[in-house]
Amino acid sequence: MTTKATILTLALALLPARTQAAMLAPPGVAACTGCHPRSGGDPALPQLAGRNATEIVAAMNAFRSAKRPATVMDRIAKGFTDDEIAAIAAWYAAQR
Amino acid sequence: MTAQAMVRAGKTRRHIIRNAAATAAVAALWPRAVRAQAAPRVVIVGGGFAGASCARALREADGRIAITLVEARRIYTAPPLSNGVLGGLRDLGQQQFGYDKIAAAGVTMAFAAATAVDAQARNVTLSTGDKLPYDRLVLAPGIDLRWDALPGYSEAAAAKLPHAWTNDGAQIDLLRRQIAAMDDGGLVAIVAPVNPARCPPGPYERASMIAHYLKSKKPRSKVVILDAKDSFTMQQLFLNAWQQLYPNVLEWKSLSSGGNVAAIDVAKKTIETDFDNYQFAVANVIPAQKAGKIAMAAGVADRTGWCPVDPVTFESLQQKNIHVIGDAAIAGAMPKSAFAGAVEGKLCAAAIANLFAGATPAVPKLVSNCYSVVAPDYAISIAGVYHPVDGQYMEVAGSGGVSPLDARPAFRAEEAKFADAWFRTTTAEIFG
Repeated sequence: MTTKATILTLALALLPARTQAAMLAPPGVAACTGCHPRSGGDPALPQLAGRNATEIVAAMNAFRSAKRPATVMDRIAKGFTDDEIAAIAAWYAAQR
Repeated sequence: MTAQAMVRAGKTRRHIIRNAAATAAVAALWPRAVRAQAAPRVVIVGGGFAGASCARALREADGRIAITLVEARRIYTAPPLSNGVLGGLRDLGQQQFGYDKIAAAGVTMAFAAATAVDAQARNVTLSTGDKLPYDRLVLAPGIDLRWDALPGYSEAAAAKLPHAWTNDGAQIDLLRRQIAAMDDGGLVAIVAPVNPARCPPGPYERASMIAHYLKSKKPRSKVVILDAKDSFTMQQLFLNAWQQLYPNVLEWKSLSSGGNVAAIDVAKKTIETDFDNYQFAVANVIPAQKAGKIAMAAGVADRTGWCPVDPVTFESLQQKNIHVIGDAAIAGAMPKSAFAGAVEGKLCAAAIANLFAGATPAVPKLVSNCYSVVAPDYAISIAGVYHPVDGQYMEVAGSGGVSPLDARPAFRAEEAKFADAWFRTTTAEIFG
């Protein structure tokens, strides 16, 4: 886990439960777990929780620019901005 | 049990009883508003993709909220992929889910129909006569069929000419048995509805699956889609697939080519359209739709029969403290899909948890991604990313779209694999 992620995790742990509910899951995340399993998965449909944030950002950018072949992630990635992708990646990286 | 263990157990039990009594005493002293804030009550009506997903997400978001999920059926038959049952690709059992895990997660199940809502007193009346009080109500009633939309068709007629368009597993099974029992050379007629309707590609996926079954089992038989529309979603992808896979088996009659149904004769097994008369062996009649009954009773549906909502909180624009999610809601450009419903359930849960916590719900971004399986190892999809613009969901410019028209077979097979994967993952998340 990166230092940044550790700090985020610690910060989240210190917050009361209801504030966590209010701040967790940036826009877009609610749609990911429909296909990407919370645990397990396979290379074509990987689990996102706990993955390195930089990796997620790089994958989304590659999907968006059609550099990485995809059936549907290219179409989905194009709907998200850089900031949104960064927030989603950071959130997933902080999940265990 | 050892004597020591019995003492320990007894002590623990006394502790619990004492603590419970203390909690009750404190609660009784609190003013009503404070109590409501301490343990808010949410009632969710409808245990489909939207409602059950909302219950699950709300339970996870905030352990203190008392959540009751009201659902008439103990077994849910999931519509997505259920056309595969007609094609012989899947068993009905693979579509069916119970509520045990949802109950085990800490959601109170009420197996009854919701019959009335008192928005002022904030309670829901059940078919059992019970009244459930709520601080916030979530309605996820899905669709109701407009029984008066097609002359000759009715709720009673559905026992002979199944719609197979709700979460009633018996309807899918009836249609499957009718097709299996029909003589080779017969005609299966599918009556496709006007928009807006649940699962826009559904009738066309269904036609594909039935054609797949007939092609190998009853090769002299045919499928005709009698459509109230002149165009439909993923149209070119479907037409190409049909030409490739089911030439001379499957025919689509658009509105302008005489697909509009004028009358249905259940006894004579005929459907009269504007131009023709069809003698069918099996008819699957999918009428026009509106929001589920309880939405009308609660006063959240407008003149269109659907429910206008705030896109951020999914709170009704017509009744305070009532949220509407899933197919019943007007969600702008988003299709009435199980995928969207499940996501709406999560977003509504997050918004409700925020509202109880006194925080402002975040402006959401939604995805809907729908697969249609036209043959084994051959699926197509339509995806969209949506965000609220001026109070309504719009597609994010430049995003989404349908599968490429020129894709190789491996691409179609990959999409078929992903259709299965989505179904497994999302149903595990909701019901597992």
